[in-house]
Amino acid sequence: MVRYIANKFFYMLVSLFILISATFFLMKAIPGDPFTSEKKVPDQIRERLYEQYGFDKPVYQQYLKYLGDVVQGDFGISMKKINREVSDIITGSFAPSLKLGLVAIVVAVIIGVSFGVLAALYHRRLLDNITMVLAVLGIAVPSFVIATLLQYVFASKLHWLPTMGFKGPLYYFLPVAALSAQPIAFIARLTRSSMLEVLHADYIKTAKAKGLNWIAILFRHVIRNGIMPVVTYLGPMTANIVTGSVVIEQIFGIGGIGKQFVDAISGRDYPVIMGITIFYGVLLMIARFITDIAYVFVDPRIKLSKGKEG
Amino acid sequence: MEPILQVKDLHVSFQVKGGEVKAVRGMNFEVGKGETVAIVGESGSGKSVTAQTIMRLIPSPPSIIRQGEILFQGQDMLKKTNKEMEAVRGKDIGMIFQDPMTSLNPTIKVGKQITEVLIKHQKMTAAQAKREGIEMLKLVGIKNAEARFNQYPHEFSGGMRQRVMIAIALACRPSLLIADEPTTALDVTIQAQIMDVMKEMQQRLGTSIILITHDLGVVAGMCDRVIVMYAGEVVETGTKWEIFKNPQHPYTKGLLRSMPRLDQKKGEPLIPIIGTPPDLIKPPIGCPFAARCEHAMKICEQIDPSATVFSDSHSARCWDLHPMAREGGQPS
Repeated sequence: MVRYIANKFFYMLVSLFILISATFFLMKAIPGDPFTSEKKVPDQIRERLYEQYGFDKPVYQQYLKYLGDVVQGDFGISMKKINREVSDIITGSFAPSLKLGLVAIVVAVIIGVSFGVLAALYHRRLLDNITMVLAVLGIAVPSFVIATLLQYVFASKLHWLPTMGFKGPLYYFLPVAALSAQPIAFIARLTRSSMLEVLHADYIKTAKAKGLNWIAILFRHVIRNGIMPVVTYLGPMTANIVTGSVVIEQIFGIGGIGKQFVDAISGRDYPVIMGITIFYGVLLMIARFITDIAYVFVDPRIKLSKGKEG
Repeated sequence: MEPILQVKDLHVSFQVKGGEVKAVRGMNFEVGKGETVAIVGESGSGKSVTAQTIMRLIPSPPSIIRQGEILFQGQDMLKKTNKEMEAVRGKDIGMIFQDPMTSLNPTIKVGKQITEVLIKHQKMTAAQAKREGIEMLKLVGIKNAEARFNQYPHEFSGGMRQRVMIAIALACRPSLLIADEPTTALDVTIQAQIMDVMKEMQQRLGTSIILITHDLGVVAGMCDRVIVMYAGEVVETGTKWEIFKNPQHPYTKGLLRSMPRLDQKKGEPLIPIIGTPPDLIKPPIGCPFAARCEHAMKICEQIDPSATVFSDSHSARCWDLHPMAREGGQPS
């Protein structure tokens, strides 16, 4: 176990290094810089700025300096928001994103699994068909389309829910719905197909032959085995929700980290772009890692260490 | 012998796209107390369907029980509600399935899969059930039962898993055990061990056993009586000795002939029964075996024969065995 974690950790560092390098050079490869949009800057001041931020040096030197800073835990200062450290921007805007993301994940799992289970139990009947049509829609329609549709119907037409902002429980509904729609659809389909497989498994017949009632069979024997693929999906789903929130926060005007990210990119705020990219990277790697660990607890057949059974 | 189970004129069908598969077409048999009865026949002859119908385990739809009675300890199982059946399953009738590799839930500890049935039917506390569960594991010959109790099925071999299945099936001391091809998926050496465990448990607990198999060797080693099924019907029934020493029905004879023997010469081919069983969506009106039978006569294709009785226990359904056919002086 310890070896497994150490091993994983090493690979995380490697992927992080690749992520940082790729993002850094790609970002620099795009023409323009943070100060292009400010038109009336005299050349002298521009040069001073360049010098201050080190833009006058070759890119590889900037890169090495940045790497050195990051290793020391220094993510730099925003080039647009005066005197704000990147780490401050991230911690300051993380709270709403975290709340939104967590609620969306929980909602996605609960609703997705429930729909999947129901669809499997009513296999080839009306409920199953309706669920699966919705699921296909959910997977096919992008979240920003769902978001705007929801805004139009529930906020602008029906006035049931607020259109924008993030000031209380009511403000959660629309962004969470938009964010979790795709994962719900995906989880529902996953759960359904694996439930159907489990329902026809021999051990379910054994459970019936034991005289267990169907509720005991369903909860003790079917669902546990049926949701295993969902556990695998938790990692990619977190990625989906995190990246989805970049767009969703923008649409709903939520001042979360996703919105900061978009602002940073449109303003060419190099340190912030890098900082948030690294942050997202770490977040996703942790999600993946937790998924791997979670799998061991759900499925006793899986052991983390490779090689012989311990 | 006092019968514990009586199956009377059982008809079971399955609804499929092309019509109705008449899988069981008028089964009649009895199982006495403490007796072991084998149901043999090839795949699709209705053995498993009969067994699962006794437990009411086949889902309906697509299955339909057209008619008949299944009297277990005097009660008609076909008239029971689902709830009432739950009280019978696992408690009064235990069941073992063909493939031990898939019959146990892979994500639940073996011990829990045994205690589950004890807690359900014997109203035991978790601690009592655990003690009893370990006891059952010892009884079926699992060494180091205390440690094994907390392991998962994937840590057991096939034979060990089948022992666990037997432990589960017999945990509540049922009066009837239905073993649906319990050794088909196992190695021959393990098969013998499993049969020994079943025999020993039977002697200890006095359980009646219905053994479904297509392995006549298993039948010879274990059973008192044999029921030979073909195309959803009983074609011959008798004690083990009557069937092996004095088979009457051409199908039974064919089955015995097609079995490899120890005294067989090297290279000598087995004698198969030529042909395939009839399509049970449109079962033949006459004897279902007629198309494959070398002694088939005109009447065989027109009227399904009734049983000819040879002794209290031995009877077979074949026109060639009919008293009137014998008068013609053509012994088969």
